[in-house]
Order: sequence, then structure tokens, then C-alpha cells
Amino acid sequence: MTDFIAPGQPGSKVVYQSRYDHWINGQYVAPDSGQYFENITPVTGKVFCEVARGNAKDIDKALDAAHAAAPAWGKTSGTERAIILNKIADRMEANVEAIAVAETWENGKPIREALYVDIPLAIDHFRYFAAAIRAQEGSAGELDHDTVAYHFHEPLGVVGQIIPWNFPILMAVWKLAPALAAGNCVVLKPAEQTPVSILFLMDIIKDLLPDGVVNIVNGFGVEAGKPLASSPRIAKIAFTGETSTGRLIMQYASENIIPVTLELGGKSPNIFFNDVAAENDAFYDKALEGFTMFAVNQGEVCTCPSRGLIEAKIYDKFMVDVTGRTNAIKMGHPLDLSTMMGAQASNDQLEKILSYLDIGRKEGAKVITGGERADLGGELSGGYYVMPTIFEGNNKMRIFQEEIFGPVVSVTKFDGFDQAMEIANDTLYGLGAGVWSRDINTAYRAGREIKAGRVWTNCYHAYPAGAAFGGYKSSGIGRENHKMMLDHYQQTKNLLVSYSPNKLGFF
Amino acid sequence: MALPSRVDLTPAAAELLVKLTKINGPLMFHQSGGCCDGSSPMCYLKGEFRVGGSDVLIGELEIPDLAEAIQVWMSAEQFEYWKHTHLTIDVVIGRGGGFSLESTEGKRFLIRSRLFSNEEWEILRHVQVATGAY
Repeated sequence: MTDFIAPGQPGSKVVYQSRYDHWINGQYVAPDSGQYFENITPVTGKVFCEVARGNAKDIDKALDAAHAAAPAWGKTSGTERAIILNKIADRMEANVEAIAVAETWENGKPIREALYVDIPLAIDHFRYFAAAIRAQEGSAGELDHDTVAYHFHEPLGVVGQIIPWNFPILMAVWKLAPALAAGNCVVLKPAEQTPVSILFLMDIIKDLLPDGVVNIVNGFGVEAGKPLASSPRIAKIAFTGETSTGRLIMQYASENIIPVTLELGGKSPNIFFNDVAAENDAFYDKALEGFTMFAVNQGEVCTCPSRGLIEAKIYDKFMVDVTGRTNAIKMGHPLDLSTMMGAQASNDQLEKILSYLDIGRKEGAKVITGGERADLGGELSGGYYVMPTIFEGNNKMRIFQEEIFGPVVSVTKFDGFDQAMEIANDTLYGLGAGVWSRDINTAYRAGREIKAGRVWTNCYHAYPAGAAFGGYKSSGIGRENHKMMLDHYQQTKNLLVSYSPNKLGFF
Repeated sequence: MALPSRVDLTPAAAELLVKLTKINGPLMFHQSGGCCDGSSPMCYLKGEFRVGGSDVLIGELEIPDLAEAIQVWMSAEQFEYWKHTHLTIDVVIGRGGGFSLESTEGKRFLIRSRLFSNEEWEILRHVQVATGAY
């Protein structure tokens, strides 16, 4: 018996519909094609419901609803929208366990992460943007005695959002909260690996939003995502995913001359300087945990600290200690509170991780621990589990350069600050990084030297609203998680007003 | 030794490409980097993905049942980190992957890799790869 009862079992907090249609204009709408696809839980590998297979006609229907709702929604006051966002947050809080179980069941993550991290962060995100929109002001610039430039924020109108599968609810909320706060209507396309979590949430909050303000169309990327991203009827597209699709989305956006925000992944270095091990104290213990953060969400995080850079003098001792910490990771049923690592989100994700365990070995990297698929027995044998894995190698190896998106960290040693920076920046990506040192000057200089949008300093994997998150280099364009995100969802209207009664005298 | 290939196909991948070509028309691959669905070969309609000077053509896959070869592209900066490995495009059961065409078939293309042998690398390291620049 697990701590939380699995959906489909008597007494579970989650009761799914057997079949989910699209959510358009405040109601469920059957797909134009009449077709559905099966939704699998990675916990057991079994089908648990069916989901509408959307196409361009469904996207158009959703866009119709969004455009119909946009004029009125865009004219609501920031106060009214903030009240709604706060009500959504309160409703989520009252249902946090059910929402967490739903996310775990669809994604495979351990319930302790969904319950104590993902969903509370999502709740807080609505509150943050409720506060941000209340506090946002335009400006009035007195350009000269008779001339004033007024700046107003206006919503873009109807925006498209494409959501990844690693945090099916939190990633949706990261995009929804600022878009709604700014007064936009949304057509959202969830990942086909996790299509239902956001609909489960919608069922809980649907009475709080006017019809057509949020519309959700499921389906395959090529059939539903592409018509959304390429539609001339969206004013902006936001995407989290990988680089080729990111480029394709920019290409479509260029045809329509609309802005894009992209979050495209990383290969984040997690750097441990010698002084970390100067004492065997709470800080050292924290650093060991910081290294082991590669196992958070089974490594399916764009900012997974997947490259461990350890300074030479402490390398041997540090590796013994972090290997011990890694071996203590408890794998198990994702619905048990004591489980630290659950299932990879899908079969193809599992296969991809295994292909990297293979090339890592072929390139001569040494497996320190893990390196295999895990069979957890019983009903979990059908699920997609991988042992937490530490490789030792060098930064030119492909396992140091490519995002595996699994519980795999590749470790190498460095000599001195300069070499640490050289290795850290020898990557195509620049999303996250970690720096660990007891010396604030070292930590500060490293943080400024690393070409990444987020440098966790003596911490890792914290995502509080109010700290801007986004990438340098091939990791994307734009920021999330901060009030500056409102700019990504607003037009600037300038009224340039002359208060002079007199002509210029030119004509 | 003839010029070694940088990228090949498994029979299962070739079979799926024949099927996808029949459904959609001529195809291309662009190898993705990064994030959720990344580090995977993305299969698009030929010409759908605009390649340019920042991309390199790493192979042209000849499949007996198809009239034209399927080009495989990768970003040039990514190729710098991949060039010492031979790639085989395989297919597994899966779902979704950006806008890649195979997802509707419940399949997912996947890269399998090996290091080039010394003999292969001795030849390939002198071979310039074409870019997509006009």
C-alpha cells in the first residue's frame, strides 16, 4: 500500500475521466478528427485514460474562442485579474494533494516533489503575478514643459504556449500566470507525454475564469503544436523544449513577425572549490546534497546539474562522499512519500538515457555508480526506472556535452579558478550553473564569469518567483519567473501629448 | 578505404521512413540538442526546417524504396562535439518529440552512437562537411 492511493483504485484522491476532450471556450469539446490517443503512466507503463488528438481545426476553434474572449478580458482591471489569480491559488492550495497525485501519476516523479515543491511553487506563482500586476504602473515622462510621453501597458491579445512534460503543471503555470495577469487570452498545447495534468487542474479551477480565456488543445506536436506555433492569429508564442523545435518555432514566428520566448535546455556545471571540504560541517553536508541534486525529478530538468566539476585537491574525498550520498537515494513507488526518485516520463526517454549510458562507456567514461536500468519489481517492472548514475570522464565527451535528461551526472576535476571557468563555459548552453565555495569573492567572481542565466551560489534547484530564470547561448531567449516576464506578454503604448496651444511655425 | 559514413539507419528506421515518406512526401532530419525532447533526430518534411550557414550536412541516407536520399543536418557548433562519433538512427516505441513526424505512429527516432575506428577517423578528420549556406 502506497502513502497515496493510485488513481483508479478505490479511495484515490484522483478520479480521472476515461477520456479527455479539448478544453475550449469553457467546456470540453470533442476533437475534430474524432480520434483519441492513449495516455500512459510511466509508474507502471499502463494506459490510464484517452486524450483528444487535436489538429489544425481544433487549434482554430480554440483561437476563435480566445479571440472572442480577448477584448473583454483585456479590458478588465489589473485588480480584477489579480483577484482571480489569487482565487486560483487558493483553490489549488485546497486541492494540493489531489493535484500532486495527478502530476506524479502522469509524469512519474516522486510525490514528495510534486506535493512539497512543484504544486506549491505553482500556487505561489499565481500569487506572485497577482501582486506584480497590481503593483505595475505605466509612466509619464515630462519631455519638456509642454510635452508629455505617457506609457501604458496593453495586453498582446491572444498568445500560444507550448508546454513540456517534465513539470506538466508548474511549467504551464510559469507561462499562464504572467500571460493572464497581463490580460491575454491563451491557447495552450500540453506535451503529448503529459496531456491530462493541466486538464485535471482546469477541472478544479474552471469556474474562476471567464470562458475562452484559457483554452487547452492536446495532440501531437506536428498535428497540433505546429498549427498553433505557425498561426497568424497568435500575437506571441512561448515554448519550452529543445533546440531544433525552438528554431522551427522562431522560423514560423518570423513569417508572422511575432515575438517568441524560448527555454531550450542546458548542460549545467555544478562547481565545487577546494574550500567546500575545509570542514566536515553543515555547509559540507549541504554541498554534498547540492551535488546529488542531479537526481531531482529523475534528472528531467533543463537545469539538471549534469556536469560536476570538482577541484583536484578534494576530488577523491568528495567523490567518495557524493557516491555514498547518491547510493542512498531511495528509488521506489512514486506515490510513497519516502521515495526520492521515481520513473522517467516515457519509454522513449528511458531509451534515450540508456543510449547515453552506452556512448558514455564507449567513450571511456568510468561508471562510478549506477549506469543501468532499474527493475523495481511488481507492478513497477513495467515502468521506466533508471539508477542514479555518476560518470567520471572529461568535458569533451558527449555525456558532458549533451543533455541526457536523466539521473546522470558526468564528473571531472579541475585545477584552479581559471580552469574551472574554462570547463564550465565549454558548452553550447547557458541556462543554469552551481557554484560552491566558502569564499564569497571566489563564489562571486565565478558567478559573474559563467555564461549562464542562473548561477545558484551555495544552493541549487531553487525556483522562487522573483528570481529571473532563462538562458544564455543556445539555451533560449527571454526570462520566466520574474515580473519582467510581464514585458514578454505586453505591448507598450506611448501617447505623445503636446499641451502647447501654439503651432510649430513650420507650415 | 572508401569514405566512411557518419550516419546510418537501422532497418526498422528505414522501414518507418518509407512509410512516413508515403504519407507526407520527401523528408529530412535535423539532429536536435538540449532539453525534454532533445538530443534526438527530428524528422521533418524536406525543406520545412530552414538550414543555413550554422548547420552542417552530416549524411544523405539512401533507402532503396525511396527516390531521393534523406539529408541529415546538425548545427555546426553541436557537430564540433559529435564529430568523432558515428551515428545510427534507430526507432523505438514512444510518443512525441517536438514537431517530428513519427510521433503520430507511436514511434520515436533515436540516435545510437559509437566511436569511429582509427582508420575511419584518419579519413574523416580531413573531410570538410558542407554547410547549408547559400
